[in-house]
Amino acid sequence: MKHLLILSGKGGTGKTTISSAFIKLSNAMAFADCDVEAPNLHLIMNNMGKEEVSDYYGLPKAEINSDICVSCGKCKDYCKFDAVKTENNRFNIDPFSCEGCGVCEAICPVSAITMKPKVSGELKLYKDSAVFSTATLKMGSGTSGKLVTEVKRQMSENAPKTDLAVIDGSPGIGCPVIASISGVDMVLIVAEPSVSGISDMERIIKTSNQFGVSTAVCINKYDTNLQNTKKIEQFCIDNNIICLGKVPFDKNAGKAINNGLSVVDIECNAGKEIKKLFLKVLAFLYRDNGGLIK
Amino acid sequence: MKIAIPVNEDKTTICPSFGRTPMFLIYDIETQNQVFLDNSAVASQGGAGIKAAQSIVDNKVDAVLTPRCGENAANVLIAGNIKVYKTTFNTTKENIDAFNENKLQILDDVHPGFHNHGGM
Amino acid sequence: MKIAVLSGKGGTGKTLVSVNLAAAASKSTYVDCDVEEPNGHLFFKPEGLKEKSVKVSIPSLDENLCSGCRKCVDFCKFNALAFINNKPMLFEEVCHSCGGCILFCPQKALSEKSKKVGKVEFGKAKDVNVITGIMNLGEASGIPIISEMFKSLKDKDDLIILDCPPGSGCMAMESIKYADYCVLVAEPTLFGTHNLNMVYELVKIFNKPFGVVLNKCVEGENLSEEFCKGHSMPILESIPFDYELGGINSNGRIATFESNKYSVLFSKLLKKILKEVHI
Repeated sequence: MKHLLILSGKGGTGKTTISSAFIKLSNAMAFADCDVEAPNLHLIMNNMGKEEVSDYYGLPKAEINSDICVSCGKCKDYCKFDAVKTENNRFNIDPFSCEGCGVCEAICPVSAITMKPKVSGELKLYKDSAVFSTATLKMGSGTSGKLVTEVKRQMSENAPKTDLAVIDGSPGIGCPVIASISGVDMVLIVAEPSVSGISDMERIIKTSNQFGVSTAVCINKYDTNLQNTKKIEQFCIDNNIICLGKVPFDKNAGKAINNGLSVVDIECNAGKEIKKLFLKVLAFLYRDNGGLIK
Repeated sequence: MKIAIPVNEDKTTICPSFGRTPMFLIYDIETQNQVFLDNSAVASQGGAGIKAAQSIVDNKVDAVLTPRCGENAANVLIAGNIKVYKTTFNTTKENIDAFNENKLQILDDVHPGFHNHGGM
Repeated sequence: MKIAVLSGKGGTGKTLVSVNLAAAASKSTYVDCDVEEPNGHLFFKPEGLKEKSVKVSIPSLDENLCSGCRKCVDFCKFNALAFINNKPMLFEEVCHSCGGCILFCPQKALSEKSKKVGKVEFGKAKDVNVITGIMNLGEASGIPIISEMFKSLKDKDDLIILDCPPGSGCMAMESIKYADYCVLVAEPTLFGTHNLNMVYELVKIFNKPFGVVLNKCVEGENLSEEFCKGHSMPILESIPFDYELGGINSNGRIATFESNKYSVLFSKLLKKILKEVHI
């Protein structure tokens, strides 16, 4: 099973629009939403069968037992994350700032602090003929990378025997993105022809390259700025990156999405170009296997 | 000589992730004894490869057979004088046989660490 | 006065709004907290750049003092230390800089050393002080860079516009921690509304006064507007989807400086926000 990951660097370029289209076009039997901070794929890939929900536990966080606490303040002195708060001489831990390092637990002279497991999110698995894995990270939890790994693992463990798994990634270049890159066969970067979009695209390409994964680019809403589209195409040439296609801006695409449909479920220009793009992506993904499998 | 192999729950097929494999098969070449070691790194937020490699070092293993290995885990294993070979088959038996026949290559395409972000 | 501009979904117009609000003010400071992918500086093109490195501390081992007790390795919750040949081995990128290993080493064999994780650039564009946080590629967390920027704001009392990262995770939280008011930017799409909900939850948890700016509005159903009305969220402004604005923005230019229509719109929006905060 080959894993295709869709990333972008900049938010709002069209990752989910394109992933959902690819999933529909390939009739993918395994797919996942790794944008655990703001998942959207389920809004298009709905009616996927029975939902299985499980709690996700991130790193345990410190908790102060106020009955034992003697308000010496040592925990506050040594906490590097500013997670110990005082109110009326009562000490407590701010769970949003706590990183679970355990220094306060070890330094407390009266053993008033313990590390307690915390539910940091929720994993969801939809299983029918296809498998859809997604999750939502609870507000302010710092453990998105591990949750992303869980989403992928959940998908892989439950996937039927199939050739292609499509993974919708998250914006940025940090934690959840790096976790999603692990073990994939190809990264497709959805670029947007704006100054911000180009800057962000360059950073995500550098990040993806750091991990040595096959990377390709496509340009979405390309006709909103033809000059910048040319800049992106030139950048790809200059840096030996393959640009697999470009998709025009299409108001109908937005209408489809708003109705919970993918852009290939309706007749529209964007959909037509995404179909062409998809074939090129498959050819690139399976190039070592002599091209398309289907 | 003891070798370690990351295996799935079925104890037979090879797990694609070294750091987050559910368990390791510790196989003694001479006695053909098999011991399954639960991987404590599975629940780690980060540095799973490091923790898994540490347990391999602590168990006095001589070689590891694995399909992939992260840079951090590899550094731990190499520092501990443990050789890392690349598996070429899907089951433990096939890989052990290949190892015994000197058919396995040293793993040299180590991938960069995935930091605190898991790795699967 | 700190105004944070955030959105659950990326690409809704945080930078558009924050850059233009800062430009519309007579004097202001623009702070780019989206340290993974900072964009504001592309619009302002600040000059007179001064740079400050952002460092975190990681442990450094004096092998001569180490007794091989393994206490540091066993303590580390992040698995940043391995124990090989009777000595600890550090993995820098995994280290969370908690200082625990240094603190608990019985031989005092571990001490602090610095590691650079990013930088902050200070510059000026017309009357706007531009502060840009940039995280180094491959680093796990941008929080140290955001913290450094806030340190530099300590003595400032003028208008500060905080351009936040997308989402509602720890970086967005760190950015709004000290905000006096939050502007939530939402787009009228299904995804936009869904993610507006997330950032709405965030400002509620942090008890921040807030208002919504609806961006890229088109005729017909506006799911985000309906969401706001349904939850009694104040709508500060509705910016229509406009090719002219999109063009100016995608070319990295500031609408407030280039278009009278937008200069008026963003000045009006700024006035409204300031009025909301002073109440």
